[in-house]
Amino acid sequence: MAKKLAIIASKGTLDGAYPPFLLASTAVALGFEVKIFFTFYGLQLLNKNLNLKVSPLGNPAMPMPVPVPSIVQVIPGLEWFATWMMKRKLKQKGVASVEQLRDICVETGVDLIACQMTVDLFDFNEEDFIDGISSGGAATYLEFAGDADVTLYI
Amino acid sequence: MSHFDVELDTSGLNCPLPVLKARKALSEMASGQRLHLIVTDAGAHQDIPAFSKMTGNPLIESSENDGTLHFILEKGAE
Repeated sequence: MAKKLAIIASKGTLDGAYPPFLLASTAVALGFEVKIFFTFYGLQLLNKNLNLKVSPLGNPAMPMPVPVPSIVQVIPGLEWFATWMMKRKLKQKGVASVEQLRDICVETGVDLIACQMTVDLFDFNEEDFIDGISSGGAATYLEFAGDADVTLYI
Repeated sequence: MSHFDVELDTSGLNCPLPVLKARKALSEMASGQRLHLIVTDAGAHQDIPAFSKMTGNPLIESSENDGTLHFILEKGAE
């Protein structure tokens, strides 16, 4: 019987997108059955066109080329710069893009589930989401997670 | 280096791409065939043996040459 991995993806930032898709695609390669439940801001990871960003604001651990005081981080364009820098770094280091990892998840049969309550809460349009996703609620998650070998809240 | 049937060079790629590409290459091979996997991601020291163990594709040989890791994996029974 295949091992099972159940993930809740609740973050919609560029850095928050990596752990769920990276672990899910790797788990499938290791023979796991995987389901990811996307809730709250994590729903942004299901959009056809991903426009994920990373912000140094409120994240004092983010490495910056020069120290940038919090008061300066509110300047328009700084988030754009931090995102550009992170994407460049990821590429330089041969790290897969979020799109690439998500495509692998879809191709290898990871079950992507949108939390229906938060879809309704934020008035998300399911037509904006990639094809092949399903929807469900807390009980759907717990039914699978109850039998899972690994469960993660990200 | 032992004999191999298929070679896969993942130089420059980082976690988890070497594992994902190895999985894909092995899925297209017949059982008993051997894959020569070349990896520069240092995490592969631990990751490839873990991958081998969990997927039942035995790790026949591993070596390191100047920061480049070489693995010979044998495709296990389906």
